[in-house]
Amino acid sequence: MSQAVTEIVRISGHAGPAPGAGLNREFHVCKLVDTTTCIGCKACEVACLEWNGYPFTETTFDNTYQTMPETAWNYWNLIKFNEHEREDGSTMLLMRKDQCMHCEDPGCLAACPADGAIVQYANGIVDFQEAHCIGCGYCITGCPFNIPKFSPAAHKVFKCTLCSDRVTQGLEPACIKACPTGCLHFGTKPEMKELAETRAKQLREHSGFADAGVYDPPGVGGTHVIYVLHDAKNPELYGGLPKDPHVPISVRLWKGPLKWIGNLALLGGLVGMAFHYMRYGPKKEQEIPADDGRRP
Amino acid sequence: MRSNVASRSASASHEDDMILRYTLGERLNHWFGALTYAYLLITGLAFWSPYFFWLAALVGGGSTARFWHPWFGLAFSASLFWMFKDWRQDMRVDNSDRAWGRVISNYIRNEDDKLPPTTRFNYGQKLFFWGMCYSVILLLLSGVALWYTEALPWSLRYVRYTAILIHASVAFITIGLFLIHVYMSAILEKGSLASMIHGKVTAAWAWTFHRIWYDDLRGASRSKQ
Repeated sequence: MSQAVTEIVRISGHAGPAPGAGLNREFHVCKLVDTTTCIGCKACEVACLEWNGYPFTETTFDNTYQTMPETAWNYWNLIKFNEHEREDGSTMLLMRKDQCMHCEDPGCLAACPADGAIVQYANGIVDFQEAHCIGCGYCITGCPFNIPKFSPAAHKVFKCTLCSDRVTQGLEPACIKACPTGCLHFGTKPEMKELAETRAKQLREHSGFADAGVYDPPGVGGTHVIYVLHDAKNPELYGGLPKDPHVPISVRLWKGPLKWIGNLALLGGLVGMAFHYMRYGPKKEQEIPADDGRRP
Repeated sequence: MRSNVASRSASASHEDDMILRYTLGERLNHWFGALTYAYLLITGLAFWSPYFFWLAALVGGGSTARFWHPWFGLAFSASLFWMFKDWRQDMRVDNSDRAWGRVISNYIRNEDDKLPPTTRFNYGQKLFFWGMCYSVILLLLSGVALWYTEALPWSLRYVRYTAILIHASVAFITIGLFLIHVYMSAILEKGSLASMIHGKVTAAWAWTFHRIWYDDLRGASRSKQ
């Protein structure tokens, strides 16, 4: 994590592996959101605004426990609310803290055309560098979680940083610090995964939630924000959490085969034209025969 | 029609005289379209691949390029619409064009005397024209979705997914058409580039490359005399 600078991975002119390299498993950071103990107090929302210096702005209130319809360019952390009626007729108030998932395989980064506008740190945080952002919005297309948001004022795109500024200083993200119920945890990915699995097992065995489980979607290589859900088989219930998120196939085609087909065609066309000119030369006008061009 | 307008200047003239091929309006619009397309090409390639991102620096950087690219797209579309208005009659594809297309290999080998005579525009030019017209419609539709991509709600995200593929693929089709067009007119066919600047071609040029058009002009001028 923040101590990464003291950990040596490679040594020049050194026979054999660097001593200690790869031994530290506690490298990837992870945020754990236990939706089963969230009370929807929105302390994390306020802490996020406070730490990142955004004022609260006008919103759309829809008579639920949700602050606004979706996250905004200056509102990166939103408790998604759903009043869910179960098969037995009872009701559940589902609360899920929505924010950037910090994918291991980030679609925003794959789609971004601007050099250095999106970076992925070794600790797993995916961060936008607004100074390099050109405001094209391709990241909005690439994200399977509807997270990057365009600021019409700045002409740039913003999202949750997982408090990369705090984490590099050895602090936990602001939302974690503010949580009063302990439903938010921050640590290394293996630790958080273990804690989440323990909690899910507890829910399955002692609380009657047979489908309780951990949300760490493999389609995007796993995420650095993971959830404990009462019903891991229906993540959509939790404010539209996608069941099997992937970087959109069209983004993959566009940034993969299409790019190389296009570039090769471009190169081939230029070479072909040069070849044509050298082989066949210019087209020149011919003399008009004396008997042509005249009609009786 | 326009070719008759062009013929008037050629009327009562000697064969070696120049023939008006493009009116001032056609030429101005052509170069307006060419310049806006060049801007779209430079900025579009910058957004296309990291290996071309440096191109954005030529026109003021990535943010500036992103801001202006859609507006230039509108300007180029307007230019192309004007060309459509001017040329769609002369660009009609008929059976003689298809016959020309079947022996296009002669054209590629510069054996133009083995080709059927052509009207004001040959089949290749017509394909270029219609290719650009249809491409611009697709680029415009997909472009609007990318211009205000953030305004599309999450439920319509498939519009975005489709638009990026359409925009990039069709843009590459136009790049291919554009390269062939520039190569043929500026490098390959002597006299073409000049005709788009001062508007005129020699009678021999017209006779060589667009004989039906040439005959029509001569016939029209003769009937006037």
